[in-house]
Amino acid sequence: MTKPSLVYVNTIAAPPEKVWQALTDPAFTQRYWYGTRLESDWKVGSPITFVKPQGEPDTGKVLVADRPHKLAFSWHIAWGEMAKEKDSRVTFTIEPDGSGSKLTLVHDDFDEGSKAAEALKNGWPSILAGLQKTLEGGI
Amino acid sequence: MDEVFKALADPTRRELLDRLRAENGQTLSELCSRLAMSRQAVTKHLAILVRANLVATVKQGREKLHYLNPVPIGEIYDRWIGKYERARVAALADLKRALEEKKE
Repeated sequence: MTKPSLVYVNTIAAPPEKVWQALTDPAFTQRYWYGTRLESDWKVGSPITFVKPQGEPDTGKVLVADRPHKLAFSWHIAWGEMAKEKDSRVTFTIEPDGSGSKLTLVHDDFDEGSKAAEALKNGWPSILAGLQKTLEGGI
Repeated sequence: MDEVFKALADPTRRELLDRLRAENGQTLSELCSRLAMSRQAVTKHLAILVRANLVATVKQGREKLHYLNPVPIGEIYDRWIGKYERARVAALADLKRALEEKKE
């Protein structure tokens, strides 16, 4: 078993159900995910389309949808060199934390030396901070 | 945010974060093997880092893996460094690093 590549955690002053909504509602994701709309019916096996402000959308598939506890999906980035890489896997775990939530993100199953993993080292902390601000600040 | 600053105020804990930055996803044993400190002391420091969200943990089988979690540091950065100052702050930090490396 290889170690997960990217792991991040964030505490958010919003209940798990709200965090789930922020992850799965395209109008919400657009506000913190570099303008990306995550469109899917969020049923296991369903496709996901990552509609970006410009360029070809990324694609994925729902792997786990245990509302509001765990959401996992595969992700294929359609941009540049990264388009040649295999699908990676994103897993969000949402746990109650006092009156708020603790959100853990594990992103793994990357190709060896993946450019996407390198790029997301900068991307994820910013997306997660944005998610928190969106929920707490009511932007 | 108090917890983040308290956690960072200790050199041993900063050392642990540096070690995770160099190699992410270490077990407690791996972290202990390279520190001249008891397992209990390391456990205690790690607990403080986890509580401050500076370290994230993931269970893999019977092992617990530790990851440097930069999210709270990002929040501090966002709070006190303006959007348009970022490039200049980064340039100054790069300059300092380059000059100090040459001295060594």
